[in-house]
Amino acid sequence: MKKKIMVTLLVLAVLLPSFVFAEDVPMTADQVQSNLNFVWTLVAAFLVFLMQAGFAMVEAGFTRAKNACNILMKNLMDFSVGAIAFWAVGFGLMFGTTNGFFGTNGFFLIGGPDGGNWGYGFWMFQVVFCATAATIISGGVAERTKFNAYLIYSFFVSALIYPIFGSWAWGSLLNGSGWLEGLGFIDFAGSTVVHSVGGWLALAGAIVVGPRIGKYTKEGKVRPIPGHNIPLAALGVFLLWFGWYGFNPGSTTTGDSSIALIAVTTTLAAAAGAIGAMILTWLKYGKSDVGMTLNGALAGLVGITAGCANVSPTSAVIIGLIAGVLVVYSVLFFDKIKIDDPVGAISVHGVCGAWGTLAAGLFDTAGFNLGTIKVQLIGIGACFAWCMVAGLILFKLIDLVIGMRASQEEELAGLDFSEHAASAYPDFQTVHLGQFVPGGNGGSGLMATEKKPSTVPAEQS
Amino acid sequence: MKKIECIIKPFKLEDVKAAITDLGITGMTVSEVKGFGRQKGHTELYRGSEYQVEFLPKVKIEIVVPAEKVDQVIQGILEGGRTGQIGDGKIFVLDALETVRIRTGERGREAL
Repeated sequence: MKKKIMVTLLVLAVLLPSFVFAEDVPMTADQVQSNLNFVWTLVAAFLVFLMQAGFAMVEAGFTRAKNACNILMKNLMDFSVGAIAFWAVGFGLMFGTTNGFFGTNGFFLIGGPDGGNWGYGFWMFQVVFCATAATIISGGVAERTKFNAYLIYSFFVSALIYPIFGSWAWGSLLNGSGWLEGLGFIDFAGSTVVHSVGGWLALAGAIVVGPRIGKYTKEGKVRPIPGHNIPLAALGVFLLWFGWYGFNPGSTTTGDSSIALIAVTTTLAAAAGAIGAMILTWLKYGKSDVGMTLNGALAGLVGITAGCANVSPTSAVIIGLIAGVLVVYSVLFFDKIKIDDPVGAISVHGVCGAWGTLAAGLFDTAGFNLGTIKVQLIGIGACFAWCMVAGLILFKLIDLVIGMRASQEEELAGLDFSEHAASAYPDFQTVHLGQFVPGGNGGSGLMATEKKPSTVPAEQS
Repeated sequence: MKKIECIIKPFKLEDVKAAITDLGITGMTVSEVKGFGRQKGHTELYRGSEYQVEFLPKVKIEIVVPAEKVDQVIQGILEGGRTGQIGDGKIFVLDALETVRIRTGERGREAL
């Protein structure tokens, strides 16, 4: 008996491998292409993820040292919170089986219309786009927004505001469909869906939270608050530019030759944007402005994002040049109407996102068509309306319930200390000598006094 | 004993240091400071807005010397630190009441 069992087991052990390893069937070309699509889409998603580092560096560089830890926390957490929100709610709203205005299944990545691996790959690609829109906002409200308020609206932006608009324009990319794309709306990689959404929400936030202390004088003069690290800001722009090669070419979600033209238009628009901003500031001020030129490159990138797949290289240069000029005037405009945007988020993403969307119609290689232009304008308008209404309501609600703005003492001491009991540069003095300290008596008070508000704790230098 | 404090342009530090050490002065303290006198600041440009930078970077040197060396040191600082342009800085001479070497506890001239 024992021997029989032993023999049986031995035979099974020998045969086992052949059960596990089925016969090798050669892959079909379709399967290889499918695998390639996966690889390309996911690699592109990882590039877009790196844009989070880009945003973090741009925002840290263009704001003051006393708020560096806080801005980095906001950037880290709007991705983290946003990713969870998009997994739980947003993705389903954006790409689930639709009721006409938003999706109704696929929440928590469970039981969606398209489960299995492509659903995962597509989710990964889409979550980094959602996070891009969400993180734009932190730049517009930087240096005076409470951290808990920011976390809350990050959640709702990624759960509701971004996905619902996204479903209108991109729903059919998976199993939804949207009224806007049904009209023929062109926004290949998201000048409107991602960048304008982020930019207009940043505008709503900046309106609700108000300008930084000392930014505008009573007489209406603009007082610059210089960023503390231009090299970081420049690093951020390069990281964003690099990540954009995932953003635009990756939006094919297909590994084929079409990504080549897109890479070209992306590159040319960014370069032209930088040149446009640089020349404009050179002519206007006699010196080329570093911060504006950095914004110009980003403006070009945002501007080409809608049309990167359907415009010619020459058109890309024109689109980028115009974006570079537009962003400079836009930055000056928002300062003029006293909307404080520390990094130019509204101008780069909102305004140039709208321009890019329009440009995708104007420069369409399929031919100039007024009907196309009309649809583009409808999309631009719908985005602006949706984001301003939803954004203002959300921020106002948060402001009423827990308060959006840090107190004056917290803002002056620096959010690093107030919100995190931290210092970004413990080895260095981070007080900018000559910093404006408001007294009760207004005036032109530009000089630093020895006085600090008495409520600032003694440890904070 | 006298304490000499001088504010000079940062790029003049090496020249002033060379002039002083040539006189046999064996120690000094240097710090980075900001300030202005009659030299107004300058205008900088940030994102399309001009702003005045009133405080300009300077270097402050502090030396304690025997009283009889003061004039020589002042002369050395003048030669090393002068450019002829506005903003060259100033020299201040103060009384130093006591000097102590921490390592040995010596006081007075021996501690200089």
